[in-house]
Amino acid sequence: MPDTLLFSMEVALNGLMAGVMYALVALGFVLIFKASGIFNYAQGVMALFAAMTLVGIQNGQVPFAHLINAIFGTKIHHFGWQVPALLAILLTVLVMAVFAWAVNRFVFSKLVNQEPIILFMATIGLAFFLEGVADLMWGSEIKTLDVGLPQGINTWIDETTLNAFGYGFFIDNLDIVATIIAALLVVGLVLFSQYTKQGRALRAVADDHQAALSVGISLNFIWVLVWSIAGFVALVAGIMWGAKSGVQFSLSLIALKALPVLMLGGFTSIPGAIVGGLIIGVGEKLFEFLIGQPYLGGATENWFAYVLALLFLVFRPQGLFGEKIIERV
Amino acid sequence: MLDTDNFTTPDGRTIGGTVLDLRNITLRFGGVEAIKDISFDIREGEIRAIIGPNGAGKSSMLNVISGFYVPQEGEVWFRGEKRPPMKPYAVAQQGVARTFQNIALFEGMSVLDNVMCGRLGHMKTGLFAQALWWGKAQAEEVENRAAVERIIDFLEIQAIRKTPVGRLPYGLKKRVELARALAAEPSLLLLDEPMAGMNVEEKEDMSRFILDVNDEFGTTIALIEHDMGVVMDLSDRVVVMDYGRKIGDGTPDEVRGNQAVIDAYLGVAHD
Repeated sequence: MPDTLLFSMEVALNGLMAGVMYALVALGFVLIFKASGIFNYAQGVMALFAAMTLVGIQNGQVPFAHLINAIFGTKIHHFGWQVPALLAILLTVLVMAVFAWAVNRFVFSKLVNQEPIILFMATIGLAFFLEGVADLMWGSEIKTLDVGLPQGINTWIDETTLNAFGYGFFIDNLDIVATIIAALLVVGLVLFSQYTKQGRALRAVADDHQAALSVGISLNFIWVLVWSIAGFVALVAGIMWGAKSGVQFSLSLIALKALPVLMLGGFTSIPGAIVGGLIIGVGEKLFEFLIGQPYLGGATENWFAYVLALLFLVFRPQGLFGEKIIERV
Repeated sequence: MLDTDNFTTPDGRTIGGTVLDLRNITLRFGGVEAIKDISFDIREGEIRAIIGPNGAGKSSMLNVISGFYVPQEGEVWFRGEKRPPMKPYAVAQQGVARTFQNIALFEGMSVLDNVMCGRLGHMKTGLFAQALWWGKAQAEEVENRAAVERIIDFLEIQAIRKTPVGRLPYGLKKRVELARALAAEPSLLLLDEPMAGMNVEEKEDMSRFILDVNDEFGTTIALIEHDMGVVMDLSDRVVVMDYGRKIGDGTPDEVRGNQAVIDAYLGVAHD
């Protein structure tokens, strides 16, 4: 088999795995947008905040230690214990749920019936606020996140492909785990939204607020629920990205990569977020390998996704799976 | 004070005690008084109509009952208890279902899903049991589906069960909305102009459904309607509103003979 084809296959596989990561972030956007029409710019920062909280809890860090020390002249930093990964994850989920409640109680319940652009601006404010709170709470240094996920080259795939094609594929174990977890998450979300009372209520709220009220659904409850789920998805994305490249500010920028994914998949479609993420992941890696590096001097990964999104905006603004925009005249 | 005297209508149905009692309701929007000091009651098993010219405050009245508006003055008594100011979803959970003048359906969902949403209040099992279709959740889902199918049969919308509501014509949408409200098995059903924008044939169908619902399930119904002929045929008692005031209240025959009502509808010569 020619080398280019083999290399392309490896690149495409790695692209798929990267795409899963994009899809995870995009999923958080879609959930909130569907249920409340809010484009949540803070989704990336939520992933950062969730990852920092997880690391902080795991290492027994004292929250707001710098602030406490500055005010009281103390020198506390750590409680001196380590929290097991699973318990730390559960506690972080709880923190994200409290955050979801607070966001709705103090921000969005005051902005009911406002223009989408105002809600969007509020989420930008929220992003900066949360970033500050995250730094203040857990410190701004780069942290390593380790919840015991396997990392490094998958030797089985390496050997099998080596025997089959005479060339071993490099696939990271972490990417495989991320893919499996993302798949489980999506199955879980689908089961939740299709078969549970709360899921049905969520779809109802996403469709028509007034009608939802008239069948006895509390909008506030659903919004808190949705933000909690988005917080949970952010946590999963934060764990994956954090394990891959450390917990640091740039984690919040992955949210920007989710934008082209949403353009492709449509803002309101969960399968769209997944497929969009995969297309962007594979597309940018393959483009870089086949066209970028040989002809364009490389570094095309930075802009490929946005150009693709631009093309979609021109020719298919509702995305691949978005609801068709019909204008009745 | 709960009035429990039963009486029997000319067509043989029994009308029970007071379900809803509105006492001196006044509703203002800024300086505009949409409802001025109105009192009336709705009794169990009856069809109660609220009529009046455009802008009389009928829809506002219905919104007060369903909790979408909170009146500045007056009391709402529901099933013998004074109701504190409440969010609309809480009112719905108490057993007040409604339809809307401009139809509020979940357009992206199928007819079946829409009607199932009406039964959200009847779903009690836990989140995980429901997601995994496990234990009691399964029995509950089957039970709710059976109840929904009964209503779908009853309103003759079997053929469109799986159709997304957004694709349905207006008349059918109205019927699906009624089905969703009925699915909640409400103790009070509010219909905001159930026949608005319908042709004669659709109106006849809808009238028949309303009468059948009342007869078959014993549902207490309060409805707003413009079409005088329809109202007089359907209802047991009629409240007439004009400019936010109550100008008449009684059986269709009593109301028909009321001079104030005739004036409001036909106009009166001012000299």
